[in-house]
Amino acid sequence: MKKVSQIQTLIIDGKEVGGKSDESILQVAKENDIFIPTLCYLEGLSDYGGCRMCIVEVKGMPRLVPACTTLIREGMEVTTNSEKIHNYRLSILALLFTERNHICSACVSNGHCELQTLALKLGLTHVEFPYIFPKMPVDATHDRFIADHNRCVLCGRCVRACHEVEGAHTKDIMGRGITSRVITDLKESWGSSKTCTSCGKCVHVCPTGALTEKGKSVAEMEKRRQFLPYLKLMRERR
Amino acid sequence: MSRELVIDPVTRIEGHGKVTLFFDDKNEVKDAQFAVTQFRGFEKFVEGRPFTEMPSIVERICGICPVSHSLAASKACDSILGVRIPSPAKKIRQLLNCGEFIQSHALSFFHLSSPDFLIGFDSDPSIRNIVGVVNKNPQLAKNGIRLRQIGGHIVEWLGKKRVHPAWVVPGGVNECLSEEHKDMMLKEIPEAKEIILNTLKLFKGMIEDFRKEIRTFGNFPSMFLGLVDAEGNWEITDGYLRFIDSKGNIVADMIEPSKYKEFIGESVEEFSYLKSPYYKKIGYPEGIYRVGPAARLNVCNGFSTPLADKEWAEFKELERGPVLSSFHNHYARLIEILAVIELEEKLLNDPDILDTHIRAYADVNEYEGVGCVEAPRGTLFHHYKVDKYGLIEWANMIVATGNNNLAINKSVLQVAQHYMTGTEITEAMINRVEGVIRAYDPCLSCSTHAIGMMPLKFTLIDSDGKIIKEITRG
Repeated sequence: MKKVSQIQTLIIDGKEVGGKSDESILQVAKENDIFIPTLCYLEGLSDYGGCRMCIVEVKGMPRLVPACTTLIREGMEVTTNSEKIHNYRLSILALLFTERNHICSACVSNGHCELQTLALKLGLTHVEFPYIFPKMPVDATHDRFIADHNRCVLCGRCVRACHEVEGAHTKDIMGRGITSRVITDLKESWGSSKTCTSCGKCVHVCPTGALTEKGKSVAEMEKRRQFLPYLKLMRERR
Repeated sequence: MSRELVIDPVTRIEGHGKVTLFFDDKNEVKDAQFAVTQFRGFEKFVEGRPFTEMPSIVERICGICPVSHSLAASKACDSILGVRIPSPAKKIRQLLNCGEFIQSHALSFFHLSSPDFLIGFDSDPSIRNIVGVVNKNPQLAKNGIRLRQIGGHIVEWLGKKRVHPAWVVPGGVNECLSEEHKDMMLKEIPEAKEIILNTLKLFKGMIEDFRKEIRTFGNFPSMFLGLVDAEGNWEITDGYLRFIDSKGNIVADMIEPSKYKEFIGESVEEFSYLKSPYYKKIGYPEGIYRVGPAARLNVCNGFSTPLADKEWAEFKELERGPVLSSFHNHYARLIEILAVIELEEKLLNDPDILDTHIRAYADVNEYEGVGCVEAPRGTLFHHYKVDKYGLIEWANMIVATGNNNLAINKSVLQVAQHYMTGTEITEAMINRVEGVIRAYDPCLSCSTHAIGMMPLKFTLIDSDGKIIKEITRG
């Protein structure tokens, strides 16, 4: 039997809003033009709750919760921005910058990067934590694409797009914590992958310059993501 | 007892340098070392990067001449692609280089060096700077700033950014010139021409006052290197290498820049991070050659634009053979500003300049590529090797200032021997040592200290390492 979603009413940032019971706080906020920063979330992919950029305060809950994976409830009171939330978000962003080598000025995605845009939007002017400067490889073995792990934020969008939309599941994440790395098949070079269909969805859902098209120079890599919700909708109808 | 005098840092140049003078027992300067004290490491850390990123990565070497590095890099990358770039792309890149020459030469002449000419080498260092120039000759200062702005406009209107535009790419450029920006550039040309012609007139009128400096500022026989076009005329973006000897004889001509290694060797000295290239057939360290504005004017057969050609003929009258004094780099720089303004006008009136066919696409077809252009301060080489996936495996760069390294050392020695008397450290001597370095307009890194005074420290050290005298200014 198909689950019937009920209409719930809640308050986000003092505004009375309504949504379906299977909608997340983030979805309802978006429908009501309330901005919540996101990074691993992408419309058309499953919700992952990995990056924690969308954390919000819910009255009565002891901890901050990710808006993308928390469903709305009747009478919920949500605050999407406060000094506390802002500071947490800044720390998360700063830590992302320290973990890999994000050199915007020499990046193919400069000016079109979600990480960079977030830093600008949230006003991340400096990073207090020491940078790790890890030595990360660049996989340029694929005919058309490049994977540069220096710029990866482990959002997992590529993994989800490859699995959920393309159905190839070529990409995955290996390792734990800070040593995690996006891999191709069983940690093979991208060029030798037998499962990759070279569809390029992973490249276009990637928020940074980690996955890019070959031949692009600095600031030339613009991602096209509008295909994703459309593709999903058409498949659901089938 | 032998002693050392250290000038650290050298001021009003781009970057950080240090000069050490060595004295013999008779208190006479016996040797001089010009050292670049910063390590940048670009040749090493670009390893592993996709070659398509190179034009923008190497741009960050410098805030004054990023365009030169991006052009040299993109030309090296063109070779890796194995393509001949479309002719409009070639022309539009030349136009970009014009913009850079105007702004960089204007910075060198007006902001960095004109205080020496207007206020004097012997004047108080606290007023001998661009602010002093503003007070003494406000129109000249204004003209300098305006000229730099006009050059900057060309770069900005082409690449969307005045410094570090990400516009030059392997295979060409990534956006064509708009009609609107073309008209805006054309509109500024008459003013730029007027400024430079007036400045040339003013400078030529002053030359007599600097007879002593002309005689002692790197005035010695050496070889010269520069790019020339197929007719042997002055060229800054494409062209062939030409070496001449100190008498003006052509010793190597029409050399494809990709063959630079057959002619240029690179040596390293322990005291400096800057390499010392030399002419291979003569060897190290005797194979000194000079690059830069005066060198370019010395090697070429003339200019293909009328006003600059006329000025060039007058410049060549200074001496029978090549103009040997490095002081005349200032003069040559002004003639080059005029030349690039004329070239800019010629390019803007070329119907090709608005063409939209501005980029060639290809995969990696060659594993090695050399790119060479004339940077404002001299010939610049970028040489890359890539793997089959296009990742950089090895890079070699000979920057203009590197080419001049041996000559700068020799020039500093000449000035110090002339102006140093005993152990007396005079302002006049210090500024002339700096002045001769400034004549080469060295770009030691990416710093842009166009204004103000950095702390300058002089130390006299005896042979036991004991400090005899210390003076700090700034």
